[in-house]
This record gives sequence, structure tokens and C-alpha cells, in this order.
Amino acid sequence: MTDLTGRKATAEPGQRGDGPSAMTVQRIGALLAKQGILIAFAIFMIGFTLANERFISPDNVMGVIRSSAILGVMALGVTFVVISGNLDLSVGSMMSFSTIVVLDLHDKIGPALAIPAMFALTLALGALIGFLVGYLRLNSLIVTLGMLSAIHGLTLTYSGGQNMDIADKDGTWFSVFGQGTALGLPVPILLFAGLAALLGILLAKTPFGRKVYAVGGNGTAATFSGIRRARTVFTCYLISALCVATAGLMQASRSLGSQNTVGQGLELEVLAAVILGGASLLGGSGTIFKTVIGVLILGFIQNGLLLVGLQFYVQYVVTWVIIILAVWLDIAAKRGRLLSPIA
Amino acid sequence: MTAPDQAVPALRLESIVKAFPGVRALDGVSFDVRPGEVHALMGENGAGKSTLMKVLGGIYQPNEGRIFLGEQPVRMTSPLEAKQNGVVFIHQELSLAAELSVAENVYLGALPRKSFGRVDWTTLYNRTDTILTRLKVGFNARTRVGTLSIANQQMVEIARALTHEAKAVIFDEPTASLTDAEKTVLFEVIADLKAHGVGIIYISHRMEEIFRITDRITVLRDGQYRGTLVTAETDEDAVTQAMIGRKLDLSRNEARSAPGEVALETRQLCCGALFRDVSFQIRRGEVVGFYGLVGAGRTEIAEALFGLREPSGGQILLAGQPVRIHSPADAIAHGISLVPEDRKGQGLVLGMNCRDNMTLPQVDDLTAGPFVSDGAEIAIFDQYRDRLDIRTPGWRQLVGNLSGGNQQKIVIGKWLSMHPDVLIVDEPTRGIDVGSKSEIHKLIRALADQGYAVMVISSEMPEVLHVSDRIIAMYHGELIREFTAAEVTEDNLIQAISGIRPGPPDAAA
Amino acid sequence: MAPGTLSTFLKSGAIWAFIVLELVFFSVAGEFLSISDKAFMDWDNMLLLLKQSAPIGIIAMGMTLVMVNGNIDLSVGATFALAAIVLLDSMSWGLFAGLGDLVIPVSILLALLTGIVLGTINGLLVWKTGVDAFIVTLGAMLGFRGLVFMYNGEQPTSHLNWTLVDLAEAQVLGLHTATWALLMVTAAMWFLMTRTIHGRTAYAIGDNREAAVNAGIRVGPHMMVNFMIIGFLAALSAVVFYAESGSVNPNDGMLYELWVITAVVLGGTKLTGGAGSIVGTLGGVLAIQILRRGLNHIGADTETVNLVIGVILIAVLFLDRQLNQRGKETLRI
Repeated sequence: MTDLTGRKATAEPGQRGDGPSAMTVQRIGALLAKQGILIAFAIFMIGFTLANERFISPDNVMGVIRSSAILGVMALGVTFVVISGNLDLSVGSMMSFSTIVVLDLHDKIGPALAIPAMFALTLALGALIGFLVGYLRLNSLIVTLGMLSAIHGLTLTYSGGQNMDIADKDGTWFSVFGQGTALGLPVPILLFAGLAALLGILLAKTPFGRKVYAVGGNGTAATFSGIRRARTVFTCYLISALCVATAGLMQASRSLGSQNTVGQGLELEVLAAVILGGASLLGGSGTIFKTVIGVLILGFIQNGLLLVGLQFYVQYVVTWVIIILAVWLDIAAKRGRLLSPIA
Repeated sequence: MTAPDQAVPALRLESIVKAFPGVRALDGVSFDVRPGEVHALMGENGAGKSTLMKVLGGIYQPNEGRIFLGEQPVRMTSPLEAKQNGVVFIHQELSLAAELSVAENVYLGALPRKSFGRVDWTTLYNRTDTILTRLKVGFNARTRVGTLSIANQQMVEIARALTHEAKAVIFDEPTASLTDAEKTVLFEVIADLKAHGVGIIYISHRMEEIFRITDRITVLRDGQYRGTLVTAETDEDAVTQAMIGRKLDLSRNEARSAPGEVALETRQLCCGALFRDVSFQIRRGEVVGFYGLVGAGRTEIAEALFGLREPSGGQILLAGQPVRIHSPADAIAHGISLVPEDRKGQGLVLGMNCRDNMTLPQVDDLTAGPFVSDGAEIAIFDQYRDRLDIRTPGWRQLVGNLSGGNQQKIVIGKWLSMHPDVLIVDEPTRGIDVGSKSEIHKLIRALADQGYAVMVISSEMPEVLHVSDRIIAMYHGELIREFTAAEVTEDNLIQAISGIRPGPPDAAA
Repeated sequence: MAPGTLSTFLKSGAIWAFIVLELVFFSVAGEFLSISDKAFMDWDNMLLLLKQSAPIGIIAMGMTLVMVNGNIDLSVGATFALAAIVLLDSMSWGLFAGLGDLVIPVSILLALLTGIVLGTINGLLVWKTGVDAFIVTLGAMLGFRGLVFMYNGEQPTSHLNWTLVDLAEAQVLGLHTATWALLMVTAAMWFLMTRTIHGRTAYAIGDNREAAVNAGIRVGPHMMVNFMIIGFLAALSAVVFYAESGSVNPNDGMLYELWVITAVVLGGTKLTGGAGSIVGTLGGVLAIQILRRGLNHIGADTETVNLVIGVILIAVLFLDRQLNQRGKETLRI
């Protein structure tokens, strides 16, 4: 401050601008980092409502939540896996497996036995992944990539490559999970909401949830604190499988018939929803609430684009832009500057 | 000392200011390094040393101030530019690619080029071997870096500094992982650089080294320049005072009342090639220091006691009862706690808040129904924050944002709140500023007075001498000798950890 | 012997031993199970196998570079499809009507350019935003696929150019055009990764990015070039494949990234970057293709392939870990 002239030579315009602008960016960034996803969501909703007022109508909103429910239920489980510092790319093909199995068993042993049998088989797959990643400490990306392929093969082998259909579509109570209503709300929404509440509390309020964050945040430090890391990771994959089985049940119940590939590609949409919700792929951060917001954003984007007359695939492009913007702003807020400092 | 005074400095910084939102990390720092001078840069953690180095290395741009190389003002806008200007860093954390050859690492970023962007291997290997010869090392340019010892990897870093006409070389805590023999080689290399007229900035916490090899010492505190001392005309006390503004108490531990019953005992404990026939006892109310060179097996014993390694033989007894410990969870259940060596890697989940970190080992027990009890957690946090004087704005603060000393107190609080019978503390003050250091020393003493059995592993002799009731010297995986606080001297401790067996009493003195 | 040499040798040799094992197994099993009376090791069968390896193989060479560099590219399948659409569609553009068969090189160039542009987008995002490549390319995988659909809705895009088909089906010195393309890409990428400054820098960055930055390497542009290369190769793969088939569905290339990553990992490339080889990847590509054709040859359902490959991928990961850990004193963390 005393010798401005003397220092002028070295204080380049760009550098001087570095101070205040960096601070502004950081303030806006800090706000965005905390509430960014909600702000984006709000802007998005307002925009589409202005474009088409039907967008915000209760019927439409219910419709969106309902059609997001299957993806949403899967995303709940993947949230646990991602927070524990791992990935699960197998949920799509595992969901196909659950759907095909429960449809097949429905006619063979009846729905009352088919459902627990399907849950048991799906949980067994989840346990296998949990064993490989948790206890054997294999890389989760590759393990679940391999399982994606293997379970797909398993499903095709199981079904003989055929579509699976329930013989008597009108005479089964099985359709309740995908089509029924209770308490004046569609059952899929209730399942999604109920599971979200349950898992949300598990993650946020219980010792287990705390351990998931610790293991994902720093697995070594968690072990050094006496946390059984392998068991925690294993349980996360079991939870993921439980969610997948529920999603498979909802899918099967909704359509009462299915192709072998019904869940194909869902793993990436699920991951997109979780990331959009702000969970870091490095582990240790994310919440169930944010994941639900991520799921709803994806659902409303799809719906909003359809309502303004755009094809479903435009949502892919929009999702791409939104994911990158969301993660970018998050990182930018943390480092206090928009662009990466990498040379 | 008059000739260098008149010479143009190799590197000169003038009134450097670097501000981050809310904090002035560097507030008008000036200093210079003359050709052929070793200039120490000292200060507590957070004093601004690393920010200053990042400014020099082109990673940060200063808000104000100028950098001169010789008489030329320069701007460092990238690490590459710093390097091209002849400013070379030897980093604290090794900065090598393990899968590549020594030569590729030495010339990383400047590989000799042939047509079509090809690497000129002949030139590369020849040049590298020339440098390696100068360093008198036992490996060649084609060796894969991953196969080298830490010390040899450090030599690769140094070789990198010699690839071009360096005007200034900056050593950042270079001896942190070196043995004494390796240090000697390093100091020879520094002397060699010095003789070639290179200006050297030497950053270290270790006073002994500073007084052994440097010519001048510049001290920073709170981002401000606190003066430059001529090494030959000052002493450790003066430097410490400049760094922290007061004196540090590192006097020897006073003998105290007799310790209680045996809390921890090992009998012929072995673990593969790591350590053998380790037998010792730690009593309640006693601090036992484990001293030895890096790799002597001290940390590995702690890891075996904490269930992180499976012993290949021998026994562990707690309060006289033999126990088997297969995991940290087992160890904790048996009343053993470990404050690990690597605070950030092993001790803390940096992205978690202070409270959650502190209660992590007992989160299963702090419940109300199926849920974690907020109240119980906060009560524990408050209790240990007050007892250990942890300075944090509140329990919601992320641990990653605390200073090293406060982080270490969180780790210690975490384990004290478990009320262990045996507390193992591995390198309790590594990377911690001088002020917090003495607080932690006092704390360790106080814990023993309260009846804890404390095992302290440290590579800093003053620390071991200061806190321990007994000292066990280790060498190559074996317990070499045990000293009481009364009989130990620096000389016989050094001899013991260098593998020199105790001779007759007069020889030891 | 230097530490690690044994496991390195076993790892680099393992994939080729596995290939030999596959060949022997399918030859013997084929004698008993095959529906055709042709031997598995039949010359034509092998030539076809090589040809069919090309689309995945060409992309896998680029993926090796990107993964050694410490990144990943999940968008290659979508890039593949978009480049294919540009290739086929541009041949019928009125703009090029007067060119005759000269439209072929023009369209090929356009397709390759598409790949480079998409790669540049990914690379720029990774460089400038600092967002992890996994997320950037996961997003791009959706986004590029959306562009594919936007181009022609859910309709296939078709254009058969017989000159192009003839070129694609030509055999030079016994090998198909696609095989030549694979071999040339392999040779070029091998040269790039083992002999050039760019290639060695890719290893250095993947191994220790901090070190590379400190050494003054401009990591951002370097990574962008690698994404451009893999974009180019994904497009080249499309050119090789669709020159012959002449029709592209908007869903084509889906799950390609999984096949490609599987091949690269089987070939011994480290997931965390810094280690891997083009020759190993070639082995990985061949091993997968032999498995697919072999299972087909012995009459197994095509679906079994997925199961077997998934299991093999996990088994390789497990064995690799065991080999690397043997004899090392490791902490139980």
C-alpha cells in the first residue's frame, strides 16, 4: 500500500484481478457447493414451468416421480456403495436378472414364494460382489464391470434368451408393486419414498452409516480406528443388491413381462443421478436426500423435454451438460477458481 | 565472510506478498541466497515456508513483490519456467515415477529428442550416467526407480537437480527418511553443489543439520520475515525464539515415583524379517521410548500389537494374560490404542468433522436406541477439547482444516476417550510446529502420571530423552539395549541404534 | 533378479499363455462338440478372427494410452457410432455429389475429424475443469449418444458404397483391410508409447502426476492429446467396421467401452495408470475374440460368452493381486 508505483511493474492486471474475483467466485462457489444442486433444480423447474404450465401440475409431478421410482430405488443402494469409496456398475444387469427371475418363478412357484426367492438370489449376487470387493479387496470398477457381463450372461442362460411373461396377467396380485395404489399414492412412489426414508436414516443417523462415511473418506484411518472395513463394504453391496431386487420387483410388477435387457445401461443413469446429487466418486461424501434430488432432476429433465416437444434422447445431451456443470462447479467452489490449475 | 556479501545474490526475493481470501500467507518477505551459500529457511508449520516455495516454483503468483535471479527480475508463472530459470526443487515427498528408468526420471520433462518426437536413448543414458558417477551411487541410468531404496530415490531427485545449470537448488526436508550414512552422502553432495557456486535453500526442522551445514538462517513467522541470522554467530535457542517467540523446554525427564504393575508384555515376539525375539514390559504409569533408525522395526512392533500384522511367533500379554490380536478392533477391545505415525493417512478422516473423527472407534457404543446419540458424542468432544486444549471453531469444523498440532490432539483425544490400558504413540510430533510439540510432550508425561502405560516411538532423540522413563534401542529388528532415564546418554544411545553392542561400562561412557 | 521381475514376466507372459490355452482347448473341444467339421485353427477361421478383432482392438490401443496416462474414456462407443453416422451420411450429401468415388476419402476424413473433435471436447473438459475423466467421459457417453440419436432419430443410417465395400473386403497378402488397420495401429501405438517423448511422458504422468507437474510437464495439453488420439481411433474403428456393413443403428457401439476396458485390463494395464503395454493389450484383444469365436465354434450359446468373460476378468484381477502381493509383508488394512 505504501509503495504502489514501485510495485506496479510486477502486479500484472491478471494477477491483481486474481484477488477480488477469486473471492467472489469462492463465495458464489461456496453457496453453489452447498445448495448448488437445489438451486439448479429450482431454476430448471421454473424454466420448464414457464415453457409449459402443465409441467408443475400435480398429475405430472406424480407421473415423474412414479416413472423415476425404479431408477431412484437403485440409486439409493448405489449411494451407499459410492460413499464407501467404491463403484457398482452391475446394478443394471442385476436388475434385469431380478426381473426375469421373479417373472419366471411367479408362474412356477407362485408370487408369494417367487418374491423371497428372487430377493435371496439377488442378495447372493450382491454378497459375491461384496466379498470380492470388501474381503478380497479387488478393484470395484473391474469387479462390477465383470459382474455386469457375467450377470447378463447368467440372465440370458437362465431365460434361454427368451422374453419372460406371466401367463395370467389379469389374475395376479403381483401387479400391486408396480401398478397398485395405497394411501392414495401409487405403490412405486411409496416404495421409493419408504426405502429412501429408511436408508436415509440408516446412513445419516446410525453407527453403520458413520462407518460407511469413514471407510469411504479414508479406509486406512477407519481400519486404524477399529472399524471392520471389509464388513462395511460388504454390507453396502448387500444394501445395493436389496435395492436392485426391489427395483426388479417393481419393474416386473409394472410390466408383468420383460426382455432380458430391461436394465441395460441403467447403471450409468443411476451413477449419473448419484453424482448429480453431489456424491464424490472418491468416496466419503453424498447423502440419500441429495441422491433423491439427483434422481428427480433426471426425471424432470426427461419429462420437461418431452413436454416442450423434444425427443427423449435430447435428455442425454442435457444430462451430459448438467452432470459436468454440477461436478465442475462443486470442484470450482472447493478450489476457489473456475478453471483447473493444471498447466 | 566479506567476499560473498559483495557478490550478486544467486536468487533474491523482494517484499513478496501472497494473499488468499481472508489470510495474508506471505506478508512482505524478503531474502536472498548468494552463490555458494547454504541458506536455511525456518519457521513453524504455517509460517509461510511452503507458500514461499510455491511462489518460487511458479505454482503461486505473488500479489506483490519481485524475484531476481542474479540481477535480472524474473516472473515464474509455471514450474517449467522456474526450472528454465535454473531454480530446482528437491521435494519432501518424492516426486518420481516408479515404473520408469532412472534416466527417464532424471530428465523428466526434458527428455533428449530425436526426429519424429523420439527419445534419444543413447544421449539420455550417457548424460545420466555421467551425473550418477558424480554422485557416486550404486545404480545406473537404466535401473527402474521402483526397485531403489528411498535414499537412492532421493539421489535420483538430486541427480535431476544437476541436469542443467542450476542457479539455486531448494531442499525441502530432504533428510526426513534418510539414515545417518545416507545423510552424510547428501551433505557431501550439497557441499559439492556449493563448491560449484550454486545457491542452496535448505528447509528443515532439524536444528542439528541446520547448524552443521548452513551458512545463514532466515526465520519466518506468521507469514512475516523475522530476520536472518549468521549460523556461526547464533545458537539453537536464538533460532527457536525467533521462530516461536519464546523458549522451548526440552530438558530431560525427571525421575518420578515407582510405576505400577505390568500392563503390556511381549515374549519373543517375531514377525517375519521385520523384527525378532522382541521381549519387553511396559508398566502402568510409565513411558517407554523406542528409539532407532528408520526401518529398525519399531513401527512394525506397534502394528503387530495393534492387530495390523500377524506375528510369526511369540506372545503378547496384557495384564499378565496372553492374548491374540487379529485386528485393530480386537486390539481396541483389549484396551490397546495406537496414535499412528502417519496422521493424515492413518489417523484421521480429513473430510469428516472433528467430533465424528474423535468418536469414530466407539460410535457403536454411543447410541440411543439404534441411532448415534448426538448428545453423547458432543459431550465426549467437549470434554477432550477442553482437556487437550484443542483449538477449533467448533465440532463441525472439518479436521482437514485444522493445524497439524490440533489434528494430532484430535487423534490423541480419540484414543484417550477410549480409556485404554496401553497407549502407543508413534512419532507423536512429526510435522508439528514447535509450540504444539511441547504441549504434546507435557501431555504424554501427564498421561503416564495418571496411570497409563505409554509406548512412545520416535526418531527424534531429544523427544525420546525428554518424555521417557526407560528407552529401548532397536537395531535391525532387534532390541539392542534398554536404558533407564538415569543412565542414558546421547552417545550410548547413538551407539546402540547403530548396532554397536554395549561394551564394558568404561567404554560406554 | 530385481524385485518384481518375476511377477512382471508372469504377467506379460500370462496373456499369451492364456491364448495358447484357449486355442488348444477350442481345437480339442471343437473336435467333439463343433457343429461344423472345420477345425478351429483353420486358416480362414483365424483370418476372420483377426478381422473381427479389429474394431475393438483399434479402440483398445487408444484406451491403453489413456489408461496408462491415468485416465479412462467411457465415451468410445458413442464416438464410434457418431463417426459411423458421419461416414455413411456424408457420402450422400449433395455437397459432395460431383466427387464420384472421391467422396470416400472425404467422408473418411470427416468421420475421423468427428472422432478427433469429440476427443478434444473430452480432453478440454478434463484439462480445463479438473473434473475426473471418469465423470467427464461418463457424461459424454450419454451426451454423444444423444447426438447420435438427434442426427437421425431412432432410424438407422445407411449408405452402401460398393467401392468402399470392395476396399473393406480386399485382402492384401492374405490379410483383410481391417486386420491391416489393426496391425498398423498397433505398430504405431507401440512406437508412440515405447519410443517417443510423448509416450514416455504418458507413463510418467500416470505413474506420478505430481512429479510430472513438478518436472514442468504441461499435463493438461498432454492429456488432451491422448483423448484426441482415442477419439481418432474410435472413429477409425468405425470407418473400418462400417465401410463393409454400410448401415449404422443409433444403438451401435453400446457396451464397446466395457469390451475395450476388459481387453486392456486383461492385457495387464494398471487401472491406476503408469503401467501397461500395447503388446499386452493386443494379447487381451485376441484372447477375448478367440473366446467369443471359440465358444461359438463349440456350439455354446453366445450368452455364455458374457458369463465367461466376466468371470475371467475378475479371476485375472484376483491372480494379479496375488502375484503382486506374494512374499511382501503387507499391513492388514
